[in-house]
Amino acid sequence: MSVDMSQFYQTFFDESFEGLDIMESGLLGLDIGAADAETINTVFRAAHSIKGGSATFGFTVVAEFTHLMETLLDEMRDGTRMVTEDSVDYLLKSVDCLKELLTAVQNESEYNEAFVEEVKAGLERLLHGDDVPVKVDGEVSDSSTSKPEIKGWNIEFKPAEYLLKTGNDPVRLINELSLLGKIETVCCIDNIPLFSEFNPELIYLSWSIVLHGNVQKEKISEVFEWVDDDADIVLTCIGGEQEQNNEEVSGVEVAAPVAPTEKIEVQAPVEKIEASLKSEIHDTDKKSSLKKTPKDQSSIRVSIDKVDDLINMVGELVITQSMLGQLGENVTPDSIEKLQDGLAQLERNTRELQESVMRIRMLPISFAFQRFPRMVRDLSNQLGKEIELRLLGEQTELDKTVMEKIGDPLVHLVRNSVDHGIETPDEREAAGKPRMGTVELNAFHQGGSIVIEINDDGKGIDKDVIFAKAVEKGVVNANDSLTDEQIFDLIFAPGFSTAAVVSDVSGRGVGMDVVKRNIRELGGTIEVKSEKGKGSTIIIRLPLTLAILDGQLIRVGADTYIIPLISIIESLQVKKEQISSIGGQAELYKLRDEYIPVVRLYETFGLKPDSEELVDGLIVIVEGDGSTAGLFVDDLLGQQQVVIKSLETNFRPVEGVSGATILGDGTVALILDVSGLINLSRQSSERAA
Amino acid sequence: MNETAAQPSEIDLGLNAEADQYLTFIMADEEYGVDILRVQEIRGWEHVTPVPNTPKYIKGVINLRGTIVPLVDLRERFSVESIPYGPTTVVIVLKVVGDEKERIMGIVVDAVADVYNIEEEKIKPAPDFGSVVSIEYVQGLASVDESMLIVLDIDKLLSSDELDAIART
Repeated sequence: MSVDMSQFYQTFFDESFEGLDIMESGLLGLDIGAADAETINTVFRAAHSIKGGSATFGFTVVAEFTHLMETLLDEMRDGTRMVTEDSVDYLLKSVDCLKELLTAVQNESEYNEAFVEEVKAGLERLLHGDDVPVKVDGEVSDSSTSKPEIKGWNIEFKPAEYLLKTGNDPVRLINELSLLGKIETVCCIDNIPLFSEFNPELIYLSWSIVLHGNVQKEKISEVFEWVDDDADIVLTCIGGEQEQNNEEVSGVEVAAPVAPTEKIEVQAPVEKIEASLKSEIHDTDKKSSLKKTPKDQSSIRVSIDKVDDLINMVGELVITQSMLGQLGENVTPDSIEKLQDGLAQLERNTRELQESVMRIRMLPISFAFQRFPRMVRDLSNQLGKEIELRLLGEQTELDKTVMEKIGDPLVHLVRNSVDHGIETPDEREAAGKPRMGTVELNAFHQGGSIVIEINDDGKGIDKDVIFAKAVEKGVVNANDSLTDEQIFDLIFAPGFSTAAVVSDVSGRGVGMDVVKRNIRELGGTIEVKSEKGKGSTIIIRLPLTLAILDGQLIRVGADTYIIPLISIIESLQVKKEQISSIGGQAELYKLRDEYIPVVRLYETFGLKPDSEELVDGLIVIVEGDGSTAGLFVDDLLGQQQVVIKSLETNFRPVEGVSGATILGDGTVALILDVSGLINLSRQSSERAA
Repeated sequence: MNETAAQPSEIDLGLNAEADQYLTFIMADEEYGVDILRVQEIRGWEHVTPVPNTPKYIKGVINLRGTIVPLVDLRERFSVESIPYGPTTVVIVLKVVGDEKERIMGIVVDAVADVYNIEEEKIKPAPDFGSVVSIEYVQGLASVDESMLIVLDIDKLLSSDELDAIART
C-alpha cells in the first residue's frame, strides 16, 4: 500500500518554517554590493530544501514559487547577478510570501493570491530583465484562468513493468489525478500473463483515464513527474485542439501479449481490482482521506546533549533504585546508615532529573528575537528613520511556553520604541544626537527569572503629557501627586494611548494594557524607566518556567497554602501599636513609612484560624499587580519548589487561587494568586462597608 | 483483555451480554446508577483540600495520581441533610464529558451498592416523582429485583456550567 505521506507533513512544516527564518536572517545580513558567498549559500540551501520538500509532498504552489527564488539565488551565488537592494527586498518579500503559502497549505486555507502573484511577477521580472514583464504577467494570469476550451484530457498511462520497484504506485498517481478533477478510469488487462508466469512484483496493467475539467497540462505532467522515465504517458486534450504530449517516453516496451484464452480466466479478479480502484478514487474525490493533518501540534527540537544528559541521569536513577531495593530486602541496624545514604542519593538524582527535564523545554531567546531585525528594518524604512537594532544575550534560555507567549508583547513594545521612541534623523540631529537611533534588546538571567530589557535612545516618555492625558481620561485627579513610577505605570491603563495620531504602525488593537496583562498571566512584571530626551527602558521580568515555582508554605488553621516567593516582600511579626484601622473596618499596618492594608486570609477564604488576633500570627507582605498587602496567616511552614497543577483541568478557575500543587505527603495545597486575593478582599470589604 | 466480556456471567443478573453495565450507589436510601464505563475508580473517603469561595457541596480537591480532582458531595448538592462520613462513605471518581473537554470529578456518596446489567430499552424515562435528585439530572428509571434504580445523567449533573451557575447565584 502507499505510504501515508501526511504523517511527515508536520516535520516538513517545522523544517520549512525554520528554513524561512534562516533565509530571512541570512538576507538581512547580506551586504548590498559585497555579498558574502557563504550567506547566499545558506539562504540558497534553505530555499532548496523547502522546494524539494514541497515538491515531494505535492505542494506544487510552494515548489513553483521557491523554484523562482532558487533561480535568483543561484545566479547570485554564481556571481552572475549583483546583489542589489531591490533584489534583496524582493527576496524578503518572497520569504513572507512563502510563509503565507506554507501557512495556507498547513491550515488548508486560502492564501492571498494577489500578493503571491505580485511577488512572483516581481521575481520573474528580476530574473528575465525588464523587457519581458508584460509577457510574464500574461503567463501568470494564464495559469489561473486560461483556456476555457479545455474540457478534459484523455490520458494513456502505461507504466513500465518494474514501476513498483522504483517505489511508485500507480494507484497513488491515479488518486492524485482524481484531485484535479472528476476522472473515469478504464484498466487494460490485455497483458496479464499466465498464472504460472505471473510475477507479483511486476505491473501488467495499463490505464486509460479520462480527466474531466479545465486542467492545465502542466498539472497533469506534474503528477507523472516521478514516473516520466518509467512509463509511457500520452496526453490528449478533449474539446480543444489536440495536443500531444512530448513526454511520451520511448524507454519501455510492455510485455508480450497473452493468448486470449488465458485472458478470460484471470478476468474476474482483475475486474475486482478495477472496482476497488474506482471506489478508492471516488473516496479521494471527496477529498476526505488525504487532508487531515492535526494543525496545532507543536514540536520542539532538543539538542542531543540534553537528551544524553537525561539518559545518563535515568541510568543513575536506576542504579540508585536497585541499590535501595537490595538494602530494603534485609534491613539490619547496620544498613540504616547505608539506606539513608541511598535516599540522599535518590533525592539528588531526582532533583537532577527534574532539572534536566526542565532544560529540555528551554530554548534560547533568539527564537523570539530573530523576528526583530526584519521588523525594525521594515518599520524604519516605512517611517523614514535610521535605526540600529542591537540584540544582546540571545543565548539566554527560557521555557518554550513562556517564549511563545512573550512574542507578541515584545513585538508591540519594540514597535512602540521604533514608532514613538526614536525620532526622525532630522529631529535627532537638532537634539544633538547621532542621526542613527538605537534600539537594544537585552536578555539575561537574574535569580530565578529572566529579564528582558528594551532600551531606546529616543525622545523618552513625557511625564507631563501622560499625566495630562490621564487626567483628561479621568484615570487620575488633577490634584493627585504621583511618583514617576506611578506615572509611567499609567501607560498600562486600559484605553490609554498617548499617540496623538494612530499610525499604521501602532494602534493595531493591542494596547499596553494587553501587554501588561499577558505578562502578568505569565507571572511576570513590567516596569518602565524613561528620561525625557534621553530615551526609555522597558524591563520585563518573567519566571523561567511556568511549570515550577518557588513557594512559601503557610498555614491558616488546618490548611496549607502556598504563596509564590516572587511576590513576597517580607514576613514579620505584628506589633500592636503599628496597626491602625479606618472606620473600624479596614486595617492598615504601618511598615516603616508606608501604610499597608491587612488582608485576613481566613476571612477572605472563610477558614477557621488558630487565632483572630493579629499579634498571634504573622503578616506576610506581598506584592501583586502593583499593589501591596499584608496577608495575615497563622504560621510560616517552609519554602520549597512546587510543581504547578491546574485547577481548571477538572474544575474551574477559583478567584484568589492560581493553581494547586501536591505536597510531599500526597495532599493537595492551593497556590495563592496574590493580586486576585487583594482584589477579592477589596471587593468583600466594599461589600461590608 | 477479556475482563469485561467475562464479567456478565459472574453476575446473577447478567443475562444479556449486550446490556450496559451500571454501578449503583446509595444516597439517602435511594439507589442510583451510573454508567460503569464512566467510573474511573472507587476510593474511600480521605482528607481533601478545601477550595475557598466555592459552593458548599464542593468538598475540595484531592490528588489522584498527580492530577487535581474536585469532589462533589451529592447529598449537599441536592440539599439533603448531610450525615457524618463513615466507613462506608466512598468517593466514586467519574469521567465527565462536557462540551469542550473531558474532566475527572469525584462524587461522595453514602455507599457503593452493586453492578447491574441493564438493557437500554429497560431504562424508562422518569416521571417527575419527587426523588431527591431533581428530574433534570435523571436519565431514566430501571427496575432491578422489584426495586427501583435511578440512572443519573452525570454529564449534566457535573458539567462545569452547572457548577458555575450555582456558584454565581
